[in-house]
Amino acid sequence: MTSADLVTSASPRRHNGHSLTTRIVIYGLLTLFALVYLVPLLVMVMTSLKPLGEVTGGNMFAVPEHLTLRPWVDAWGEARIGVSETRGIHGYFLNSVKMVIPAVLISTLLGALNGYVLTKWRFPGHKLVFGMMLFACFIPFQSVIIPMAVILGALGRIGVDLYDLTGWSFGLGNATVNLVIVHVIYGLGFTTLFFRNYYENFPNELVKAAMIDGASFFQIFRRVLLPNSTPIFIVTVIYQFTNIWNDFLFGSTFAAGDSAPMTVALNNLVNTSTGVVEYNVNMAAAIIAAAPTLLVYVVAGRYFVRGLMAGAVKG
Amino acid sequence: MATLEIAALRKRFGTIEVLKGIDITLEKGGFLVLVGPSGCGKSTLLNTIAGLEQISSGEIRIAGNDVSHLHPSKRDIAMVFQSYALYPNMSVAENIGFGMEMRGVPRAERDKAVAAVAKTLQIEHLLSRRPSQLSGGQRQRVAMGRALVRRPSIFLFDEPLSNLDAKLRVDMRIEIKRLHQTTGSTIVYVTHDQIEAMTLATKIAVLKNGELQQVGSPSEIYDRPANTFVADFMGSPAMNLLEGTVTAANGAPRVVIARKEGEPIVLPIPASADAGKLQDGARVIFGIRPEAVNDSESIDRNARSVVKFDATVEIVEPAGSDTFVVIHAAGKELTARMRADADLRRGQNHTFAFNLDKAVLFDPQTTARI
Ligand SMILES: Nc1ncnc2c1ncn2[C@@H]1O[C@H](COP(=O)(O)OP(=O)(O)OP(=O)(O)O)[C@@H](O)[C@H]1O
Ligand SMILES: [Mg+2]
Repeated sequence: MTSADLVTSASPRRHNGHSLTTRIVIYGLLTLFALVYLVPLLVMVMTSLKPLGEVTGGNMFAVPEHLTLRPWVDAWGEARIGVSETRGIHGYFLNSVKMVIPAVLISTLLGALNGYVLTKWRFPGHKLVFGMMLFACFIPFQSVIIPMAVILGALGRIGVDLYDLTGWSFGLGNATVNLVIVHVIYGLGFTTLFFRNYYENFPNELVKAAMIDGASFFQIFRRVLLPNSTPIFIVTVIYQFTNIWNDFLFGSTFAAGDSAPMTVALNNLVNTSTGVVEYNVNMAAAIIAAAPTLLVYVVAGRYFVRGLMAGAVKG
Repeated sequence: MATLEIAALRKRFGTIEVLKGIDITLEKGGFLVLVGPSGCGKSTLLNTIAGLEQISSGEIRIAGNDVSHLHPSKRDIAMVFQSYALYPNMSVAENIGFGMEMRGVPRAERDKAVAAVAKTLQIEHLLSRRPSQLSGGQRQRVAMGRALVRRPSIFLFDEPLSNLDAKLRVDMRIEIKRLHQTTGSTIVYVTHDQIEAMTLATKIAVLKNGELQQVGSPSEIYDRPANTFVADFMGSPAMNLLEGTVTAANGAPRVVIARKEGEPIVLPIPASADAGKLQDGARVIFGIRPEAVNDSESIDRNARSVVKFDATVEIVEPAGSDTFVVIHAAGKELTARMRADADLRRGQNHTFAFNLDKAVLFDPQTTARI
């Protein structure tokens, strides 16, 4: 109503003149920033499609003369990664996929469950618990590395004992499992924050109606809360996916050698100290490393914006 | 045996006592309406009956069983919420059938029950829609369908019509009344709407600050309010309350209402009052409904006790079916409900009359009716 009032009260001419300059400034800035962000990507794509000679000899902004997919094939299957025996980044890519999917799903579902309890099943001290979970969002990565290493070491020893007892370590001690554990714990503060704020505005009467209908704690969660959480679910998945996929510190600390995630492998590939630097292969590998997060944004980005907006307006 | 018995019910939120000892019984097929100002505890009372709020002390019995500490789903109740609380992700049919699904009723039986309820409420054509694709009135029906399908001992309604527009509200009110009469169900109903309360209830309970002021039939509440709060709260426009004094001079006791200008109005003790309790010189509050104040010619012909007085017209409010006339009497404004075509103008001096059959007296100290 207020915006309508503003529009009608301003004189039409002034309004138009005003909006034209504004438009020029807005579109100018948007174009500028789009270029700033797109040019590096364009250079990467072009470089990855050139033979090495053209890269080292020519201009960075030049369009490839001899288009080739060789650098992509090399990056995926042939390139030497650090001192490892296995070649190409495909194994590490798979490591990242095996880490990111369970880590994202588990942390998101646990965050949703936390948000559900913190808003719909309040208990004495729920504010304190939420405050401490929020605090977890502000703990720097570096400060948890050593305690985390101690805990993972202990879990690894339990894994060995379990293996001796049962013939299966239950995944304890496995580097990918370790990374999943680390990312789930570290991400829980954020996912809880997202879901708690979303469920804060979720009508209590729906929960009460479901209680009268005889739904249990988990039935209410699964049948009433979760199906109505799509926007925040997507926001959380994107956020977690991006963070976990792009993580380097935990990956390089807790997963060495062949079990390293994509980010660590990319670093080892690029920072190699032997032979010539194959920029075209490096670029191809970098694009492969960035592709999943880009894909997630393209597929679900509009929900991301919508979810953030919904939270902002309702809050 | 009553279907609902509430005894000495208390509810505290932290240190704040919201319900301060409620005793109500409701017989089978009864329609209890809870009214009271905002924040008086109506919703809280309803929620404690439903089991959505734990009680601090007291007892709630439904159909003879103590349900005070049972889970809501085990209390044999169904509730209709103000916001309808339909599950947005489910179709109308799934919404109505959800409770049965949770109780493990087989699909075929569920579908049959849903179809039967949909037929009663005439929402068969909506069964596959989502709540977001329904109008307010249709959502209301679905919410009632979800309650009806359970066939509970007691239906609980928390201001179910307050989100509807005026016309639809009247339609749905009549529908609820019809449903109550045809199914003989037992209902507890919270509302802010005077007319809903008067038309639907077999029993009205007036709450104030978590305390029951009066429980009775609509006519008891309206004609014989237990205190000045109930008198003032029920009815629109509100009951006229005038201060007066009892005088026993010259034989029978009378109530004298002094006026700033002109003769005091002297009234015989209304039939409703217990004359034995009135002492000479005692102060009283004289209460009379606007419809018992009228033109001296148009006052109810069957009235046994009528007192006429002259007064000046202050405000004339034509309201379509009636005209409300505010007159100045006894230093206080007095509202009269008159014929729509009453020909009165501001400033005019006119003879009015009280129909004392409908009048009541209150004690100014305790505010209770005498
Ligand atoms: N969960 C709660 N915690 C603390 N106080 C509460 C809680 N729920 C209700 N109250 C208080 O209890 C009192 C009664 O609330 P209730 O909702 O029953 O009022 P109501 O009669 O239904 O009012 P309205 O007509 O506005 O719906 C209010 O003063 C309210 O602030
Ligand atoms: Mg209420």
